[in-house]
Amino acid sequence: MADIILEARKLVKHYPVRHGIMQSFQGLVRAVDDVSFTIERGKALSLVGESGAGKSTTAKLILLLEQLTSGEIIFQGQDICKLSQAELKTSYRPNVSAVMQNPWSSMNPRMRVRDIVAEPLVVNTRLSKNEIKSRVGELLEQVGLIPDWADRYPHEFSGGQRQRIAVARALALNPSLIILDEPVSALDVSIRAQIMNLLRELQEEFNISYLIIAHDLATVRFMSHSVAIMYLGQIVEYAEAEELFENPLHPYTRALISASAMSAAERERERIILRGEMPSPINPPAGCRFHTRCRLATDICSNEAPEAKWFGSHFVACHRAEKEETIN
Amino acid sequence: MNTMVEKSKNLRLQQRTFAWRGQVMKNLSLIIPVTILSLLILSAIFAPWLAPHDPINIVMQDKLLPPFFLKGGSMKYPLGTDQLGRCILSRAIFGARISLAVSLVVIVITAGVGTILGIIAGYLGGKVESFLMRVTDISMAFPSLLLALLMAVTIGPGFWTVVLALSILGWAPYARLIRGETLKLRSADFVAQAQIIGCSPLRIMVKHIFPNVVNSLIVMATMAVGMLILAEAGLSFLGVGIPPPHPTWGYMVNEGRSFIDSAWWISTIPGILIGLVVLSGNFLGDWLRDKLDPKLRQI
Amino acid sequence: MSTNNNNNNEKKVVLKVENLRTSFFTRRGEVKAVDGVSFTIHEGETLGLVGESGCGKTVTGLSLLRLLPEPAGKIIGGEIILDGRNLLELSKKEMRNVRGRLISMILQDPMMSLNPVYTVGDQIAEPIYQHQGLRGERVWEEVISALRLLNIPDPDKRLRDYPFQLSGGMRQRVVGAIAMSCHPRLLIADEPTTALDATIQAQYIDLFKDVQRKTNVSILFITHDFGVVSQMCHRVAVMYAGKIVETAPTEVIFKNPSHPYTSALINSVPRLDRKVERLYSIEGQPPSLMNLPPGCRFAPRCPQAAGICHEKEPGKKTIDDNHTVSCWGVE
Repeated sequence: MADIILEARKLVKHYPVRHGIMQSFQGLVRAVDDVSFTIERGKALSLVGESGAGKSTTAKLILLLEQLTSGEIIFQGQDICKLSQAELKTSYRPNVSAVMQNPWSSMNPRMRVRDIVAEPLVVNTRLSKNEIKSRVGELLEQVGLIPDWADRYPHEFSGGQRQRIAVARALALNPSLIILDEPVSALDVSIRAQIMNLLRELQEEFNISYLIIAHDLATVRFMSHSVAIMYLGQIVEYAEAEELFENPLHPYTRALISASAMSAAERERERIILRGEMPSPINPPAGCRFHTRCRLATDICSNEAPEAKWFGSHFVACHRAEKEETIN
Repeated sequence: MNTMVEKSKNLRLQQRTFAWRGQVMKNLSLIIPVTILSLLILSAIFAPWLAPHDPINIVMQDKLLPPFFLKGGSMKYPLGTDQLGRCILSRAIFGARISLAVSLVVIVITAGVGTILGIIAGYLGGKVESFLMRVTDISMAFPSLLLALLMAVTIGPGFWTVVLALSILGWAPYARLIRGETLKLRSADFVAQAQIIGCSPLRIMVKHIFPNVVNSLIVMATMAVGMLILAEAGLSFLGVGIPPPHPTWGYMVNEGRSFIDSAWWISTIPGILIGLVVLSGNFLGDWLRDKLDPKLRQI
Repeated sequence: MSTNNNNNNEKKVVLKVENLRTSFFTRRGEVKAVDGVSFTIHEGETLGLVGESGCGKTVTGLSLLRLLPEPAGKIIGGEIILDGRNLLELSKKEMRNVRGRLISMILQDPMMSLNPVYTVGDQIAEPIYQHQGLRGERVWEEVISALRLLNIPDPDKRLRDYPFQLSGGMRQRVVGAIAMSCHPRLLIADEPTTALDATIQAQYIDLFKDVQRKTNVSILFITHDFGVVSQMCHRVAVMYAGKIVETAPTEVIFKNPSHPYTSALINSVPRLDRKVERLYSIEGQPPSLMNLPPGCRFAPRCPQAAGICHEKEPGKKTIDDNHTVSCWGVE
C-alpha cells in the first residue's frame, strides 16, 4: 500500500470577472477545473503545462495562498480545508514549504540570509538563539553554501546561490512536502544542473516529497516519479514519468514532447505543430477543451467531455486515446 | 582606416575626464542642499551660542538699521534690525529653531500615523482598506488652512495648536503613498513565502512590508520639511501661528510688510531663508529618491 | 535538419565579423563584453549564437547594429562587413539607413517591442516609409505582404488592430513582420522564443524557417536554449566570457563537441529521450568581465585544464570542414 502524503480531490478554483463601475459579473475564469492527484512519500509529482494551464494556481491552492472554490486537500489523512488557523500552524505549515521560481523576489531584500533561513524556526519553534544559529549553519551546508555567508544580504549572491538559500529555508522545519514552482527556469543552463542535482540528493537523503510545477519536459523527466499534464485547468494525462515519456497517449502530450525535442534522434519522431493558441480559461471550448487545436479531433470531441480512461495506472482524458499506439 | 576604431583609441582618457566632471556635477546637487540644511539644524541646536543678540529684547535706538552690506550698516547687526531694534540675524537663528521643531514633530506624527494606517489598509484589504481610504480621501479634500485658522481661533494660537493643525490632516498623503507601496509588496514572492512559513499578518507587516516601504517614506518626509516650514510660515504670516514674541520666519515676514519700501530686509531676509530651506529639502528629497530607487540600482 | 554545408563555399557570404571587440566603460572599470569575436553567415543560413547570460551574445547582436547604450558602450576594435561594406566605417546617417533595411532585429518580449498606441499596420509601415520612400497605396501593399509572409490570417483586418487586441503568439509574428517589411539581408533574433510556451515556440520556429525559405534572409539567432538551436540553426557558435570557443555545424556540435565548455553545457541539460541519473554540472561561475583570468577564460572551471591553459589564451584551430575550436586540449 503506497504511503500517500497528499491527496488532492476534485480541486476547483474559479475567479469571477467583474467589469465597470458597478462591478457587474461578467464570467468566470476557470483556472483550475476538477483536478485530482496523489503524491507518495519521498516521491516527486510534476504538474506540467503551458501558461494558462492552471498549474501555478494549483500550487497556490495547495499552499493555501488562494481559497478553494470546491474540492478537498487531504494531507497525511487530514482534510486541511477544515482546519482552523491555529491547527494549520501546528500541523500543516511546518510540514509543507515552498521554493519559488524567481530567486530575486522570493527573499526580503532587507533581511540577512541568516534571518531569512531562520524565520521558519523563529515563527514555529521555541528554539534558543544559539540552537537556531547552528541549525541555520547546518542548513546552509546541506545546500552547498558556506555558513559564514549567513551574514550577507541576498543581493550579494548569484541567482543559483539564492535558489540554494531558498532551498535551505524550505528545509528548515524538516518538511514532508516541498512545492517547487519552476525552481530552475530562471537560472542559467549550467546552474540548473547544480540545483537539480542538489534537489534530487536532498530528496533521497531526507525522503521528502516534491510537487514540482514545470513547463520544461526534459527537466520534468529528470526530476519526477510521476507526471500530470495540464491543459486549461484540467489534467489530460497522468502517469509515472517513464511510462508517460515512453508511451504518451494524449495528443497534447505528444505535441509538447515534439516541441521540446532536442537531439537528432528525437527529431526523427513525428513533428507535431499545433494550430492556434490556448483558448482563454473564461470560455473554454465545449466538449474536450483541447479539440480546437487537436489534429485528431472528431465530432464527439466537440460535443462531449472526454471520460477518464485508465490503462493500469496511466490516466488519459481523450476520446481518441488507445493503448498500443495505433493512432497516427 | 577604420574611423570608429580611430575615435575609440582616445576613449579611455576621454571617459575618465568626462566621468570625473560628471561626478562633481552630480554631487554638487547634493552638497549644496545638505550644507544648507545642516546649517539650519546647527543654528537650531546652538542658537543661544550662535546668535549675537537677544532676539526678543527691544532696543528702540537701534531700530531699522540696514544689513552690513548696505550703507549705514555695520557688523554689529550683520543683517540689520527691525522696527523694534531687534537683530534680524539673531531672530532668524532662533526662528530656525522653532521652524525645525514644528517640522520635526509634525513629520514624526504624520509619517507615523500615515504609515501605520497605510500598511494596514494595503495589507489587510477588504472593508478595512475601504474604510481607511475613504477617511484618507476626506482628509485630503479638507482645506487644511481653514482648519488651522479655525483651531487657532477656538483653542488659541501656540506651538501645539500649530502642530495639531498641521498633523490632523497631514497624515493622509503618507497613508495613500504607503498603501500603494504595500499593495505592490503584498503580491511579492517573499511575502507569499512569509505566509507559507506561517507568519502572522502583524509579523509580515512589521518585518517584511515596513522595511521595504521605508525608502518611499524617507523621500516623502524629506520633501515635507520644506512644505511644513512653508505652512508654518504661512500660518504665522496670517497671525494664527506661534504668537509673538517668539520669532518665527513667517511672523518676521509679516512684521516687515509695512516697511517693505524702506527697510525691505525685515521681510526679505526671512523670506529668502524660507525659500532656501524649501528648495534644499526638495533637492535632497529628489536626490534620495533617485539614490534609493531599486530599479536604478544597477551597476 | 539536413544542411547544405558542402555548398557553403559556393553560397555568398552576407556577414563577416572579424575580431570584434566591444567594451563598457563604467565607473568601476572596463567590462570587456565582447573580446575578439569572429564569424561568418552565408545567404539563407541561420547561425546560432549560444551561451549563458553574461557571455556577450546580446552585446554582439547590438554591436552589429551599433546600438550600444551610450556613453558606456563602445566598439573598440574589429570589422563588421555586410555585403562587402564595413559597417564600422559608416557615418551615423549611413548606419541609420542600414538599420531596418539591411539588418533588423527581433527582441525577446513582443509586448515591449510594440508601441501600444499605434496600430499594427502603422508600425509595420514605419520602416517602409523610412527606407523605401514609398507613399500611399504602395505602402499598404507592402504591409499586407509582410503580414502574409508571417502567415498572419486576414491581414487587411489585422493591420487596423492594436497590439493589446492580439494574442502573444500573434504579437511575436507582428514583430517579425516589422522586421521583415523591408526585406533585410540579415535578421538578428535575440532570444525571441524564450518567453513563449513550448507549443507556440514550435509554431514560431516553423514560421521562421518558412520565412527564411521564401526570402533567403540570413539569421543570427541568439539563444541559450540548445533545443531551439537544434531545431532552428544550420551552424552554431558557442560563446563564453566574451569569446567564441567553438563554431561548427549543428549536428557536429551535438555529436562531437570538442571544447570542454560545449560538451559540459550539452551534458548539463537534461534529456527528454532517456532517463538520466545525474546531470553533469560545471563547478564555479563564469569570470567577471572586468577581472579576466590570464590564459583561457574557461580554465578555472575546466576539468581538463593543463598548465598552459592558465597562462596563454588558445588560438583558433580548424578541426574539420567548418569546425573551429579555441582550446589547448584539441590537436
